[in-house]
Amino acid sequence: MNGFPILSWITFLPIIGMIAVLIMPNKMEKGIKLITLVITGLQVILAIILLSNFNYSAGGIYEASSFQFIEKFRWIEISGLSWLGTFKVDYFLGVDGISMPMLLLTALVSFIATISSWKINKSVKGFFALFLLLDTGMMGVFVALDFLLFYIFWELMLLPMYFLIGIWGGPRKEYAAIKFFIYTLFGSVFMLLVMIGLYFSTTEVIADGSRVFTFNLLAMMDPTNYTTNGILSPLNPNNYRFIAYIALFAGFAIKIPMFPFHTWLPDAHVEAPTPISVILAGVLIKMGTYGILRISYPIFPQITLDLAYYIGLFGVINIIYGGLVALAQKDFKKMIAYSSVSHMGYVLLGMASMSTIGINGAIFQMFNHGTITAMLFLIVGVVYDRAHTREINAFGGLANKMPMYTGFVTIAFFAAIGLPSLSGFVSEALVFVGAFSSETTRILTMFGTLGILIGAAYMLWTLQRIFFGEFNKKWDDVLTDIDFREYAMLVPLAIIVIFLGIYPSAMLDILNTSVNTLVGFLHSSAATITKMSM
Amino acid sequence: MLDTNIINISLVILLLPLFGFITVVFFGKRFSKLYLLEVAIIVAAFILSLYVGYTKLTTYLHQDLNFSFTWIDFGNVFGKGSMHIDLGIKLDNITVIMLFVVTLISMLVHIFSMAYMEGDKRFSRYYSYLGIFTFSMLGIVLTDNLLMMYIFWELVGLSSYLLIGFWYEKKSASDAGKKAFLTNRVGDIGMFIGILILFTNYKSFSFDYIFNQISNGVLPFGSEAWLTAAGILVFMGAVGKSAQFPLHIWLPDAMEGPTPVSALIHAATMVAAGVYLGLRIFVMLTADAMLVIAVIGAFTSFFAASIALTQNDIKKVLAYSTVSQLGYMVLSIGVGAYTFAFFHLVTHAFFKACLFLGSGSVIHSMHHEQDMRQMGGLKKKMPITYASFVISSLAISGIPLTSGFLSKDGILAGSLAFGHLTGHWLIPALGFLVALMTAFYMFRLVLMTFHGEPRNKEKYDHAKESPFVMVMPLIVLSLLSLFFWYTPNPVSPEAGWFAGSWVKTPHTVVPETSRFNFMKSDIMTEQDQTSEHNESGSIVEPEEEVVHSEMYMHAMHWAHYPAMILSLVLATLGILLAFVMYQWKKISPDKVTNTFNKLRLYNGSLNKWYVDEIYNSTFIGGTMVLSRFLSWFDKYIVDGIVNGTAAFTRVFSTISGYFDTYIVDGLVNGTAFFSGSIGLALRKLQTGKVQTYIVLVLFSVIILFYLIGPF
Repeated sequence: MNGFPILSWITFLPIIGMIAVLIMPNKMEKGIKLITLVITGLQVILAIILLSNFNYSAGGIYEASSFQFIEKFRWIEISGLSWLGTFKVDYFLGVDGISMPMLLLTALVSFIATISSWKINKSVKGFFALFLLLDTGMMGVFVALDFLLFYIFWELMLLPMYFLIGIWGGPRKEYAAIKFFIYTLFGSVFMLLVMIGLYFSTTEVIADGSRVFTFNLLAMMDPTNYTTNGILSPLNPNNYRFIAYIALFAGFAIKIPMFPFHTWLPDAHVEAPTPISVILAGVLIKMGTYGILRISYPIFPQITLDLAYYIGLFGVINIIYGGLVALAQKDFKKMIAYSSVSHMGYVLLGMASMSTIGINGAIFQMFNHGTITAMLFLIVGVVYDRAHTREINAFGGLANKMPMYTGFVTIAFFAAIGLPSLSGFVSEALVFVGAFSSETTRILTMFGTLGILIGAAYMLWTLQRIFFGEFNKKWDDVLTDIDFREYAMLVPLAIIVIFLGIYPSAMLDILNTSVNTLVGFLHSSAATITKMSM
Repeated sequence: MLDTNIINISLVILLLPLFGFITVVFFGKRFSKLYLLEVAIIVAAFILSLYVGYTKLTTYLHQDLNFSFTWIDFGNVFGKGSMHIDLGIKLDNITVIMLFVVTLISMLVHIFSMAYMEGDKRFSRYYSYLGIFTFSMLGIVLTDNLLMMYIFWELVGLSSYLLIGFWYEKKSASDAGKKAFLTNRVGDIGMFIGILILFTNYKSFSFDYIFNQISNGVLPFGSEAWLTAAGILVFMGAVGKSAQFPLHIWLPDAMEGPTPVSALIHAATMVAAGVYLGLRIFVMLTADAMLVIAVIGAFTSFFAASIALTQNDIKKVLAYSTVSQLGYMVLSIGVGAYTFAFFHLVTHAFFKACLFLGSGSVIHSMHHEQDMRQMGGLKKKMPITYASFVISSLAISGIPLTSGFLSKDGILAGSLAFGHLTGHWLIPALGFLVALMTAFYMFRLVLMTFHGEPRNKEKYDHAKESPFVMVMPLIVLSLLSLFFWYTPNPVSPEAGWFAGSWVKTPHTVVPETSRFNFMKSDIMTEQDQTSEHNESGSIVEPEEEVVHSEMYMHAMHWAHYPAMILSLVLATLGILLAFVMYQWKKISPDKVTNTFNKLRLYNGSLNKWYVDEIYNSTFIGGTMVLSRFLSWFDKYIVDGIVNGTAAFTRVFSTISGYFDTYIVDGLVNGTAFFSGSIGLALRKLQTGKVQTYIVLVLFSVIILFYLIGPF
């Protein structure tokens, strides 16, 4: 990768695509779709190139030198500002074991979502332009190592998402879109405040030897970089850091979505078109947990360790509450949406363990949930496209009518249930193993295991109601088995789900070094901070 | 030198059915004869199992063979040292015997199904499911660690789910599949937590490593109570899988599946996996854990037998009988009779598979009639089925010269010895009572089905003996229900190779203080024995030694003949009673029914003691109510707050809009208006005449001086 800015390419490739789409005449719908497919396909190829050049033994997390594919240069620099001195922002991209799986997931899910978008026929140009913009935003979040840059990408996704739900969505699309937009923006405000607070508390040495304030995330992780009287400095006697942690966490928690901030998700999903649901559940909600791991954990290590129990508690609430609410749903898509709430709870629980195995499990679960839930939403899309209803009880006996479809549904459902030999099992098991090994979260873990029962209950009940029993003749003409396009989406995902279930090391080896570094860093940095503030 | 040959062959045996599954799943639709591949594969697996079993039990009788590899490597984990998750297989004596049992019965069921399932529209799908089941079951048998046990445990759960719900057009079938999966998951949660306790403490899932650590005095969280808890929790998995009370409810419903499946999965092999798990963890069970297990087993065997007495569906009787017999095995683990728990597992697998396939043969010829009240007199029409059925019924009743007599007697002797040594007499008492009940309900079934006059003439006339592929498995299985395969002496199992040399009670590893008094072994003798073998150069696993203290051995010997005689008397009584009621009609069953019903006992038994109804109205109903409440809570409270906040913000912004328009802007406009009016008023002063201005200036200066001046 000598000198080739591969991360910039993978991030901004969709922007090029977007420009191309915008230039094209409205009538060339096929062409627009093809361009998007090529762009996202190229992204997948770039992601594979990244993976094949990835150094499995580099830790990353806090150490700039062990990040990979780094691109760093001065983006904005204004010097000579009175008391501020120099204002500078770096364009700083890099990848470590935590971002690599997310990057792969984003590339994969975007590609699948493009295929899924093939049936969009309302203002195609606008849809795909926004779709590509969204893609850039997502990819950017996972590669940015500068807080301001991270924030920009974070906000960049918001706008296209708003329109994609608000224009191409279902009957209550305006309500869902605005709810999503405001809710997330509300979280972003907190993030913005904390970011500014951190900026004015952290300095970094620049070329001329002087120290200037910085947005560099890695600089913020080093306790020695804090100014003595900075508002979020550990040396500051007021406990602003705690408040900042909570505020930042709330910003991320909305995205996860963590109970009680989760209610935007079912609405957004129910109204969003299938490809957008796939993106939303597959990638977008992972940003919350990713943000916590990338930013909250290493920058506020001692508070993180102190609050481990509560993170785990919310995780378990998500698991059980989300599962029980899913059980009561009558809308297929809403049921899947609540199952996402439940499954993201495992991620939180694993993260709360503060142990290598637990966090490995959490990130692996993020990836697996991304692929499994993408399958689930595609599956909902298949029947919705044909029958135009998502009412679970309206169906029945589809197994005989659509055998191949039923096969994929079975794989996806059982993966979501955590059946061994499918990827969901490994990540859930690691989450439980990790969380149980930590004394803080041990009791919580026992409650959390109830999730595997509740999960099985709502999934199998749904499976029974839709696929077993007598076939409803009403659907005889419309319900046909899946076509080539649907195979093209479901087959790769199913292969990944099975492959990672049997050979999880393929993913865990990518994560492991970084996760181990993170856990070690959490403890050592927390100790440093405690020593400093004494 | 270790022979890795049979390890490799075992791996082949494990993977063959998986290969069959994959092939048939993908190509079964295109090639309708592909199921023959499955049959061929299972025959091959059976022959290889024979070879593995023979080699192990001759060449490596006292030596276990292992193979393991690292599945996930976490490297050097912060604060915990090196961590990795291994998978592997282990061949010991019970493994290879199970390999034989599973592949044999699976093979017979494959063959039987060729006729039984003929014409089913999902015929090849059926065979692929049998393949995935066999693969998963062999995984359970071969594993050397808890994680892999759990993995395959869930996979047999899946295949069981798929096969119970095989005719998913019927709601009852898909309900039963779902119920089986979920009930099992309840047990699995306990098992999983137990595994978590062990892994957290030992950083390993390996049975041998964990047991080694325990015997070295390393206890979970440093306490014996946790060891007890871990044992009971892991055993909860067995409570689910082996359908023990209170999780027994799924197994009778599982009879919705095709009858050969009931024979293979829900009688002979998968349900016995729970017992197999119990045997695997036997050495780490503390006295308290064993007592809990013994009580569960004893109660279940009695409870299920009490239901089997009154059922009219031929498969339901057999299902409850399976639950009851599994209860025996569990009881046997609890009282420390390891050898006989496994022995009964094996003998039961054969005679119960025979009974189920026999009932399948009957059902097949009666055109899917399962109600015994519609049968009768079939022995003339189906002599081979009848003969094999009677032999198996004698075996399950524990009549001499059968295998069941040997294994059941061992269990009852063990429980009697246990009662004698611990004072828990209720356990043997229930055990003997069940022996009576079993003999009665089994012969009630035999007499109602095969003897007497046909009750449904039309179906009877159509009935005929099943084809060769169906009766051949019956013949094989009924032959295996005779004693001489296990021991040359029909009254002494220990004189034979099975209980005498193949399957020995392993050495418990729990601390002395957590054992029953009578199980405190003489450590000295153990060490002597081990060192002796080491000197002679042969490798002998100390685990394989007989370790029951003299006390338990004596008690067992003391109990052997009383138990045998008592159980024989009870079994004969049970059979006689059945003949009196159903063959000679000396006592009318209706009269008995009415007598018992004065205490509502008959209806209670017929309705399975209302356990399903109780669960439906408590756990299931409760969960559904909670789930609906939370859904409401989510929609109106949690989201209500969100929408409320939004609405509040809107109202607030409307108000501030008004405020802005009328107050703030009003002020601005008001100010403008005010200054305008002032201006208008003051304009009058602007006369343009210089004199007026001078006068005004002077006047102002005077006022200023007056205000701020020194005077």
